[in-house]
Amino acid sequence: MALPRIRVGRVFAYVAALAVAAFILAPIYLITISAFSSFDAVYEYPKNLVPTDASMESMNIFLESDGVTDSLLRSAYVAAITIVLCLALGTPAGYALARFTFRGGNPFQLALVSTRAFPLIIIAIPLAVTYLRVGIDDTVIGVALAHVAFTLPLTVLVTASVFAGISYELEEAAMTLGCNRLSAFRKIALPLALPGVAASAIFVFVTSWNEVFAAALLTLRERTLPAQMLAALDTSPLPYRLAGGFFLLAPALVVIFFIRKYLLTTWGRVAR
Amino acid sequence: MSEIRFQAVRKSFGKFAAVDGVDLEVRDREFVVLLGPSGCGKTTLLRCLAGLERVDDGRVFIGDRDSTDLPPRRRRIAMVFQSYAVFPHMKVYDNIAFGLRMQREKKPVIDERVRSSAGLLHIEELLDRYSSQLSGGQRQRVAVARAIATKADVLLMDEPLSNLDALLRLEMRAELKTLLQNLDATTIYVTHDQIEALSMGDRIAVMNKGRIVQLGNPLEVYDNPSDTFVGGFIGNPPMNFLEAEVSANGGASNAKLSGGSFELTGETAALAGHNLLLGIRAEAIGVETAAADGLGRAKVIVLEPLGSHNLLTVRCGADTLKVSIQPDLFPQPESDVWLRLEPSRIRWMDRDTGVAIHTGTEEFATETAVVTT
Repeated sequence: MALPRIRVGRVFAYVAALAVAAFILAPIYLITISAFSSFDAVYEYPKNLVPTDASMESMNIFLESDGVTDSLLRSAYVAAITIVLCLALGTPAGYALARFTFRGGNPFQLALVSTRAFPLIIIAIPLAVTYLRVGIDDTVIGVALAHVAFTLPLTVLVTASVFAGISYELEEAAMTLGCNRLSAFRKIALPLALPGVAASAIFVFVTSWNEVFAAALLTLRERTLPAQMLAALDTSPLPYRLAGGFFLLAPALVVIFFIRKYLLTTWGRVAR
Repeated sequence: MSEIRFQAVRKSFGKFAAVDGVDLEVRDREFVVLLGPSGCGKTTLLRCLAGLERVDDGRVFIGDRDSTDLPPRRRRIAMVFQSYAVFPHMKVYDNIAFGLRMQREKKPVIDERVRSSAGLLHIEELLDRYSSQLSGGQRQRVAVARAIATKADVLLMDEPLSNLDALLRLEMRAELKTLLQNLDATTIYVTHDQIEALSMGDRIAVMNKGRIVQLGNPLEVYDNPSDTFVGGFIGNPPMNFLEAEVSANGGASNAKLSGGSFELTGETAALAGHNLLLGIRAEAIGVETAAADGLGRAKVIVLEPLGSHNLLTVRCGADTLKVSIQPDLFPQPESDVWLRLEPSRIRWMDRDTGVAIHTGTEEFATETAVVTT
């Protein structure tokens, strides 16, 4: 009697997995085929689930709309600046948290976590006022700084746990073999932490690329893609929205897809 | 030339004194084992020598240089870690070449040294592998090969065999000893395994509670422990300790144990005025199955046949003793045996301080062996 029960359990697991996959993949699929179809096909009902007439019509409408290409570039800049700043500040901070015991280390960690406890909306006005005073409102660097503020705490925590998982003895061994602290970090700890650092970079990228609230709040003309779309959403046609959705979605998927392989396969061993 | 000198070295972690005033001199090319139970400070002392810990007080000399404030990379040392610390993101070849590359050796030199070190450890065929593709024993070999590749003056080993299974440890022990005999490095080897210490070291420094309690060659430490701690820690089974009273009457003295008394010959003046413990090794006790003069009666509790010899646990008065006897003798539990304590193998200790008292009549096991054969 045991065998059929295992079989039933397995079937159930597969069905559940398929359902979850469909729940996530269906919208992605629909957005993608709509983004690459003709104007008419977007409005077509019932929907043709197998695309027959791939066309750049929707895409062109979107890309040729006012400010879209600029905002796309701006989003890329903001994401790049955010990642660079986050890793430049967060990786050393994570390393310090993992390797050294120092006064205030624990409260510091708690403070990092608690930054995520405040809803963004309550700091919106102080943030806007501060930006106006300093004069970085409506700038790419200003948006990037806001994104760094959102993502840095988690970057620190994630990299800290990554470094904590790498034995300090490895670095000590490197030091007995001729390294100083810095080169031991560079040659041993950093390469070993790279998969984890890459994972937090993905997180930072996706957060920044899709972040709309701060971007909309802090910019007027220098909008990133999500802010631009938010502003144009109620006045734009369906193909525009779907093509825009694709642009918000696609880069994150592509990045995850390519880095994923690196996350799982490292140094002759496949982590499953 | 690379002798090593510790001068009054202290190292505390918070209030815990891990190394509490150690003076130790190691001669050039000597193999010294730091032996002690866990927490005795042996690894901390080694790390102070490596420069991985800063000493709180005292000086550390390597060769004729005061190395107390030098970083590890300037001390001309190499170290084998307990966890091996083989770099997982590098192949075995690159692991072994790491130190040489840091020293900016030329490529052909690196290649030659990597291959010769790998050859000494019999891991030539593993050079292309990553550490995750190696067994524990192979990783251990990589760690040793990496340490000897740089031809450092001083080789430090922190319990290198403790993560191997028993059979592999036995094999590796002999191999490592052979290997180190052929190197010119001064070696400091940390272990909690007294058999490893006895079998490998030129000298053993026994540590307890942050101090070196005895320094001597293996036989000396085994046969003439400086206190009850060393006698109890070294040797399997540990040394037997019995409460004793010695009374002198005229020329001869008499030792009284809880299970009987016997005549003491020789000088016993040094024993006067101490509360005494009589220490004796399991193999220095003779066992007879029939009563005779000068023998103490004891009751057998357990008999453990061990192949090469039989280990007997006996009760003699209030004391329990471990006695090792020849392998063809099988006294049954609950039966009586008679013990003879080899007088020259008796080691007297002060019961209150635990420190050995020398009467001047002790003989070493080696000398006794020569006499009896």
